[in-house]
Amino acid sequence: MINLLGLLQMRGNKMTDKKLPLSRRSFLKGSGSVIVGTLAMTSGSIALLAPSRSWALELNSLNDHTGKTLLQFCRHLYPHADLEDAVYALVVKDLDASAADDPDIRMLLQSGVQDLDSAAGGDWLSIGDDAQFLYVDSLQGTPFFEKLRGTAVVSLYNNDMAFAHFGYEGKKGNAGYLHRGFDDLTWLPDLPDKASGPMPDASA
Amino acid sequence: MARYDNKKTFAHDDDSVVVIVGSGAGGGTLANELAQKGIDVVLLEAGALHTSKDFLPDEWASFSQLAWLDKRTTSGDWRVAKDFPNLPTWICKTVGGTSVHWAGASLRFQDHEFKAKSTYGNLPGTNLLDWPITLDEMVPYYDKAEKKMGVTRTNDLPGLPGNNNFKVMYEGATKVGYKECHTGRMSINSVTRDDRSYCHQRGFCFQGCTYEAKWSTLFTEIPRALETGHAELRPESHVARIEHDAKGKVTGVVYFDKAGNEQRQKARAVAVAGNTIESPRLLLNSESSSFPDGLANGSGQVGRNYMSHMTASVYGIFEKPVHMYRGTTMAGIISDEAGHDPSRGFAGGYHFETISLGLPFTAAFLNPSGWGKDFASAMDQYANMAGMWIVGEDMPQADNRVTLHPTERDKHGLPIPNVSYSDHPNDKAMREHAFKQGEAIYNAAGATRVIRTPPYPSTHNMGTCRMSAKPEDGVCNKHGQSHEIPNLFISDGSQYTTSAAENPTLTIVTLAIRQSEYIADQMKRGAI
Repeated sequence: MINLLGLLQMRGNKMTDKKLPLSRRSFLKGSGSVIVGTLAMTSGSIALLAPSRSWALELNSLNDHTGKTLLQFCRHLYPHADLEDAVYALVVKDLDASAADDPDIRMLLQSGVQDLDSAAGGDWLSIGDDAQFLYVDSLQGTPFFEKLRGTAVVSLYNNDMAFAHFGYEGKKGNAGYLHRGFDDLTWLPDLPDKASGPMPDASA
Repeated sequence: MARYDNKKTFAHDDDSVVVIVGSGAGGGTLANELAQKGIDVVLLEAGALHTSKDFLPDEWASFSQLAWLDKRTTSGDWRVAKDFPNLPTWICKTVGGTSVHWAGASLRFQDHEFKAKSTYGNLPGTNLLDWPITLDEMVPYYDKAEKKMGVTRTNDLPGLPGNNNFKVMYEGATKVGYKECHTGRMSINSVTRDDRSYCHQRGFCFQGCTYEAKWSTLFTEIPRALETGHAELRPESHVARIEHDAKGKVTGVVYFDKAGNEQRQKARAVAVAGNTIESPRLLLNSESSSFPDGLANGSGQVGRNYMSHMTASVYGIFEKPVHMYRGTTMAGIISDEAGHDPSRGFAGGYHFETISLGLPFTAAFLNPSGWGKDFASAMDQYANMAGMWIVGEDMPQADNRVTLHPTERDKHGLPIPNVSYSDHPNDKAMREHAFKQGEAIYNAAGATRVIRTPPYPSTHNMGTCRMSAKPEDGVCNKHGQSHEIPNLFISDGSQYTTSAAENPTLTIVTLAIRQSEYIADQMKRGAI
């Protein structure tokens, strides 16, 4: 169940910064834990957006084990094999922000990870992918699962790196595609005039 | 902004004005039509003023800016109640109302759709009724509305050029044998006209048109009404109740202004155009000792017969890129299934219309609550996806209705609305037919996968204060005048007796133009 209004409130507070802090600066401020990673792809759409191959996510409320576990959980929720961890880290960033705002959310996320670990015999992250998935699947409908799913379905797909990865142009289309490919599909026949209409004349 | 500045303001105790509640397609149009006739109007809008310069090319941010997000509750067996329990509709709270967000499809009703009960018969479980108006009576007003709105393929205006998403639709439609498929009759400029630009194919129709190519009361009716000096716009004015005198005539409205202060505006007549949830909510919240069940509710029909169209979407995934988000969202319509052909197993008909969502809203709406490999593998194909919306007639049912929540209150202390909706078997049969046909269209165009997407929170909302020939069957007469109170009018889609298969805005505008003539005439005669 998506609580859009809840998501929106969260978004209004925390999701305006759509770029991951892909710089070393994030190491230098704050006091929380940090998740670090390296872009798997050295070329391609996301690499073009990143100032360096290394990325770091500073956590304000959650510890790094919780953060890493949540990230992996989100990879199971929305498994895109070649989508960088750096994009999934944006979901963790929003979860962390939400935990910082609301002690109940913090408790939900921390105890959710603890439960996952205990059920998996100590460390859910250390078991295999298929085994991990069974735990994810079994949690469907729980508040922990729904919080992660509801956050991930917004955060994961609402940032410039995801836009580049999936092929959406976002605000780059703001001026309009009239002269930028609105009808550039060439693998089907051209439209007959009666079904379509003329290009507008800018001089008219 | 000068364009939205009031040239004239009216005193709160000026009881010569017509108060219009809501500035969308119905209220905004009515305001301008009355003001052009020299009738003084106070236009109260719950939302704030956001002009075309303020619109955001960002789905979630725009949603926060424009959508009506005041809490509502839901019930009934529709999936929206499960997936979006506090968001039954996707409509706007902003000056211009949902005419800021609409996609522009402007199709006239068909003749038989005004005679739904006579045509479809007594379908069990429905509350069908014929409209008290016929298509013939509406034609001259449709003509005026189409001229006003600049509907493509009318009045020698060319169609919009087809975009990628339409190319896919057209290929499939032609291959399955459909004949009525083109880039639509759209209230979106295909050429520069009416002091507004042609469409630049941005693809952000739902987020507000920055070029003002798409007709909206925000760009046309409201500034023109203000220009006459006969209309005053008051944004951020949430009407709480309508007041009446001992003779049973309405005398004005009480509203909360931007600061949350209660204000009272006197009125000679009141026109309610707050869309299909707020309009009945306002009438119900206006109960009094004379009208214990709410204003104009002697029939008990206020809030009932809520319709949202039979909707759904089909997305097709192709081997090669489509980039459906590039270009006018809904400029692609197939009308072959729009007629009434009971041999298909249901009454009424439906249209296919292109639709595209950006990546963020595709994730949110493709399969709400969806997750896992199946969902992710569809998202992986976003660039190769084409989309179509299905919009068809849904059946009026007495228990599909807007009611006041027994306990929950909004920030003004007013009961919030609950929206209950369950599909009628006819709606389900039509949806299943449309899904199959939609899939056939994309398969014919070479889809490798087709996806059935359930209804979004409702954008088409109709019927909760319906027109009827007899007072016992509905809330208002053929002019939108309430049966019980002569100077109280319904001026939005709430008037709809039945939903028809067409996007509602054109007919809402048409009814508002027609109603303005009636109100002016009634005022001239001293009847109101």
